[in-house]
Amino acid sequence: MLIPHPLLGARDAQEFTYLGDASLMDRPDPNGPEAEAAFCDYVFLRDNPAGVHRELWFHEQGDRSWLVVTRDTVTHEILGAELARDVKRGAQT
Amino acid sequence: MTFSGLRVVKEALTGHKGWKPLWRNPEPKPSYDVVVVGGGGHGLATAYTLAATYGITNVAVLEKGWLGSGNIGRNTTIIRSNYLLPGNQPFYEFSMKLWERQEQDLNFNSMVSQRGIINLFHTDGQRDAYRRRGNAMHLSGADGRLLTREELREKVPFLNFDNARFPIKGGLMQSRAGTARHDGVAWGYARAADMRGVDIIQNCEVTGFRMEGGRVTGVETTRGTIGAGKVGVAVAGSSSRVMAMAGMRLPIESHVLQAFVSEGLKPTIPGVVTFGAGHFYVSQSDKGGLVFGGDLDGYNSYAQRGGLPTVEDVIEGGMALMPMIGRARLLRSWGGIMDMSMDGSPIIDRTHIDGLYFNGGWCYGGFKATPASGYAFAHLLATDTPHETARAYRFDRFTRGHVIDEKGVGAQPNLH
Ligand SMILES: Cc1cc2nc3c(=O)[nH]c(=O)nc-3n(C[C@H](O)[C@H](O)[C@H](O)COP(=O)(O)OP(=O)(O)OC[C@H]3O[C@@H](n4cnc5c(N)ncnc54)[C@H](O)[C@@H]3O)c2cc1C
Repeated sequence: MLIPHPLLGARDAQEFTYLGDASLMDRPDPNGPEAEAAFCDYVFLRDNPAGVHRELWFHEQGDRSWLVVTRDTVTHEILGAELARDVKRGAQT
Repeated sequence: MTFSGLRVVKEALTGHKGWKPLWRNPEPKPSYDVVVVGGGGHGLATAYTLAATYGITNVAVLEKGWLGSGNIGRNTTIIRSNYLLPGNQPFYEFSMKLWERQEQDLNFNSMVSQRGIINLFHTDGQRDAYRRRGNAMHLSGADGRLLTREELREKVPFLNFDNARFPIKGGLMQSRAGTARHDGVAWGYARAADMRGVDIIQNCEVTGFRMEGGRVTGVETTRGTIGAGKVGVAVAGSSSRVMAMAGMRLPIESHVLQAFVSEGLKPTIPGVVTFGAGHFYVSQSDKGGLVFGGDLDGYNSYAQRGGLPTVEDVIEGGMALMPMIGRARLLRSWGGIMDMSMDGSPIIDRTHIDGLYFNGGWCYGGFKATPASGYAFAHLLATDTPHETARAYRFDRFTRGHVIDEKGVGAQPNLH
């Protein structure tokens, strides 16, 4: 698989390590109501869809940036990649 | 139709005209006492045990494809009970005992072969860890013993003992472990369940659950609605997809695992050898092919096929461990979709919906579990209480903090 790195162009997926569902960026508020239950969901439960999946890949053997890669889990086709920090910033504005 | 030596001789002399299909192909009935979703090893073993042990025979197994199209027909057939943790080891030892009598129970040759498994170690630290594991195995009544380097040289002389990075210092051996014929296991359970009245319905995909007042009353399928007193789901890699139809999110990710087989060779490998440090394990099938595999590809997948980097990684592991493998030609490789749980251990439990039960999270190790998983799931479906060996396999272990994490890597399914 080739991951279209937004800064470096197409890179071999072998240069990356995989973390999982991009929702892992949405850490619950530890001081919020029901924080314990929210953290259990956050740590252990996954949508695990068959089809389009947004997921975190770390460019460990490259520029060490985190990417949010959009990929089809049925065909392994990669549909896009963004810098995770841009995604996070976008979500905050 | 029972199998016996006499029968084989008689059929041989009469042109093999007397053999019949091993199970019927019935139309679904309007309803059943228990509907099992998924005709893999676990679903079939569950239906068999419901009928054979718990006397519940008004049972259907619904399989979306053909019987054996899932992981039961894709695995590398290793059976063993060499786990460490108390939540796991008694269950797998129960399974091992069921394997030992399976062919008699089912009257079917599933080619259970206790040829032994050896897990190699390379450092003093690993030796200590395996010694501890061996002791944990003994506590559950299983067998296990440490082999010295010299004993290993006798048994598996072809290994590269002096690999610079991972010199082989010894191994943990379980002699009662081994392999079984994976398709044979599916067929044996299907036939034995069918003979006891279970309907096995292929090409029947479950597409939804029928609920009334928080209780499941049946399933929607591609062959119509089928009523059910209870529904047990055992769909391995499809667990999240199926349970999502009941509104549930699971502590599971689906990942692809690949396996490989070489051309047929004369007997060379006496049992199963695992080289965990090098992401490689191997055995030899009765047909002579070297059957081997390694790690997951490592990303969520429903594709039933993996990528070349993992092929390369596995074969490098093989070359490092036993350079002679480089002389064999690769015949085939394939992939299967693993239901990787968040702690690497399975779930056999009720759900918050009355009448709906779940069995899954088997990761890459559910073949060896087939008999006990079927037994424990049938027990749960029949009695509404967990089987004594499967009490730890509950959903709420994650919220209670009682995860069963053999590898100690945390909620990271691609590392288990
Ligand atoms: C390459 C590989 C190597 C492995 N090696 C080993 C090993 O050496 N030892 C070991 O112990 N384990 C091994 N495993 C793991 C083992 O194969 C699985 O854990 C086990 O087979 C899973 O249980 P099952 O047999 O019930 O699954 P499956 O055979 O996958 O059964 C699930 C069934 O559910 C059906 N299904 C899915 N969705 C629906 C639906 N909506 N409606 C109806 N039916 C549905 C599927 O078609 C499938 O037939 C390996 C797996 C793979 C892929």
